[in-house]
Amino acid sequence: MKQILLLSLLFSGLLSAQVLDNKRPLPSVDIKTLDGKSFNSADFDNGGKPMIINFWATWCKPCIAELTNIDEVYEEWVKETGVKIIAVSIDDSRNATKVAPFVNGRGWTYEIYLDPNSDLKRALNVNNPPQTFLINGKKEIVWQHNGYTEGSEKELYEMVKKLAEGKPLN
Amino acid sequence: MKFYLRFLLLLIIASNSVLAQTIEQGELHGNFQLDAQYYNQDSLIGAPAVPEKILSNGFMNLWYTKGNFTGGIRYENYLNVMQGFDSRYKGSGIPFKFASYKNDKLEATAGNFYEQFGGGMVLRAYEERGLGYDNAFDGFRVRYQPIKGLYLKGLIARQRAFFALSPGIIRAFDLEVNVNELIPQLENSKTAVIFGGSAVSRYQKDQSDLYNLPENVAAFSGRLNIIRGKFNLQSEYGYKINDPNATNNSIYHPGQALSVTTTYSTKGLGILLSAKRLDNFDFRSDRTATGIGSNVNFLPAMAQQHTYNLPATIYPYATQPNCEMGFQAEVNYRLKKGSKLGGKYGTEIKVNFSGTNDIVKNAAENDTLGYTSPFFEVGKQMIFRDFHIEIHRKFNAKWKATVMYLNWVYNKDVIQGLSGFGTIFADMAVVDVAYKINASHTIRLEAQSLLSKQDFGSWAMGMIEYTFAPNWFVAVLDQYNYGNPDSNKQIHYITGNTGFNKNGNRIMLQYGRQRAGIFCVGGVCRNVPASNGFSISITSSF
Repeated sequence: MKQILLLSLLFSGLLSAQVLDNKRPLPSVDIKTLDGKSFNSADFDNGGKPMIINFWATWCKPCIAELTNIDEVYEEWVKETGVKIIAVSIDDSRNATKVAPFVNGRGWTYEIYLDPNSDLKRALNVNNPPQTFLINGKKEIVWQHNGYTEGSEKELYEMVKKLAEGKPLN
Repeated sequence: MKFYLRFLLLLIIASNSVLAQTIEQGELHGNFQLDAQYYNQDSLIGAPAVPEKILSNGFMNLWYTKGNFTGGIRYENYLNVMQGFDSRYKGSGIPFKFASYKNDKLEATAGNFYEQFGGGMVLRAYEERGLGYDNAFDGFRVRYQPIKGLYLKGLIARQRAFFALSPGIIRAFDLEVNVNELIPQLENSKTAVIFGGSAVSRYQKDQSDLYNLPENVAAFSGRLNIIRGKFNLQSEYGYKINDPNATNNSIYHPGQALSVTTTYSTKGLGILLSAKRLDNFDFRSDRTATGIGSNVNFLPAMAQQHTYNLPATIYPYATQPNCEMGFQAEVNYRLKKGSKLGGKYGTEIKVNFSGTNDIVKNAAENDTLGYTSPFFEVGKQMIFRDFHIEIHRKFNAKWKATVMYLNWVYNKDVIQGLSGFGTIFADMAVVDVAYKINASHTIRLEAQSLLSKQDFGSWAMGMIEYTFAPNWFVAVLDQYNYGNPDSNKQIHYITGNTGFNKNGNRIMLQYGRQRAGIFCVGGVCRNVPASNGFSISITSSF
């Protein structure tokens, strides 16, 4: 009984949180760059232009499909909107050393980080990769999407364009 | 329990009142997942009758962040726990709760937390909810950066074991030095050097009448990472003082582990070479624990983590923490866009080989030591081999394909701890073709084959998936064990799936037969029993 009461309280808190506040700032969590340096996720920056944070892993097929498909149009996206993609690998130590050869082998030009113990993944409440967050120029999370289906990068880009033009997302 | 409730209540009241007052300053966020399955009895595949008919697992994380402060809880329920998970997940509770403070130099956490030192060789607590794996610490942790380039971590805690705590107390310390950050003159040096060391100690009372068990067991590790231009070398060595436990037949032989990986990568080419040796390195916060649970360290498998159905599920490799010598090589190469061979969009090629043998064990002078093992000698027993080549190519705006060939050697007795199955040789092939009907509709076909004369014999697998971006997918797949030597077991395992994604939410439905086998996510594996039925999975993050 006590637990039910508590849970309903939790949900009420949760709902009010969603209604009142759907713009979260970037969390402050230490992750690693590919050359082993510590990096705080609150310092992700794109000079006031939109950013996309994508959680992926070398063993996640839909993640690789998504990043491969975006790679083909990324140059155009950058030219038109100034967007930057930050790809955070949640590979653990089994595969973390594979990330750099994997990314370079494919010629990806994204900004890559490692989150080998899923600290940032947890702070952003990601269930399973791929998960994509859209960040506005004030470094607030304004939209997110879980999973990838072939072609859904179009929806993401529509959101980026709206954001770059200062239009509302909905 | 009372303490948790009071803690929780305080957190909710605090968060609600804070929300009401200063909305722009604090945030409440979280995620949840609910899995439920309706089970049919299916004697053909050995799926038992489930008295409850429906079983479910669920959890919800709720975090509150305000400035430097973060606090959170996770509620979990198992009503009753789904088949294939440990039955010690019973009922419901709040096994995860924490509060932490973080500024530029200091982070202090009280309550539950996850942690990894270096590559996790002597310490790693993590969660893999899909596998029912969670060895979170419960205690106190401090991370401190006194000067630039110097990182210290210390913790004292016990570990979660289902809804209880493992008996051992873990005390651990880690230091990492980034030489280029520490010495300003080296900041722009072409060579980057990072080194570190960890010490971990477990206390567990000796309650044995038979043995004189060490109550304090320590493990140490040192690591070095050198990066110069396109080269990267990462190595870690670990040593564990005598630790007689349930996984090593209670011998007093000290444990050793070594892992070395070197990579070279440049645009269009990535090469990786890696070697590993494990000798008696299973380290737990409970010396009586076996199977999954109470692990203090993390020893990942040195082999490709496959995602195509047959290579991922029929014979997946699992690390042998107490005796393993492994090697892996991988080359990623991209044929250039617009080149004769690469085609208009370029072509990606990956070749990977990994192999694992046991270590050499010679009789020790003293029985309690178990054995001696020459460090650089490879054992004669083959445990696992995986050679594969994968080619991915996009032909035009409509068509793309992946083809893959694999050749495996799998010592089922050693890897699954069984006897009488011997070593299995298998060849596999995968063809994966996608056709884009228009901007948002795509149809994808997968055909896979596994050829083997041993064990279950040969398999075929086919899948058809239809996606309409950005929200929907439908898929049907059939795993067919047509080569089973027992003709009654030449069974079709057919499942249908459909799912819907929107923003941070996802709902998935599945109906069909699931094969008994090993299910692996993120390098950890668990056995799942055969099942037949309808299942639903809902995830959301907010």
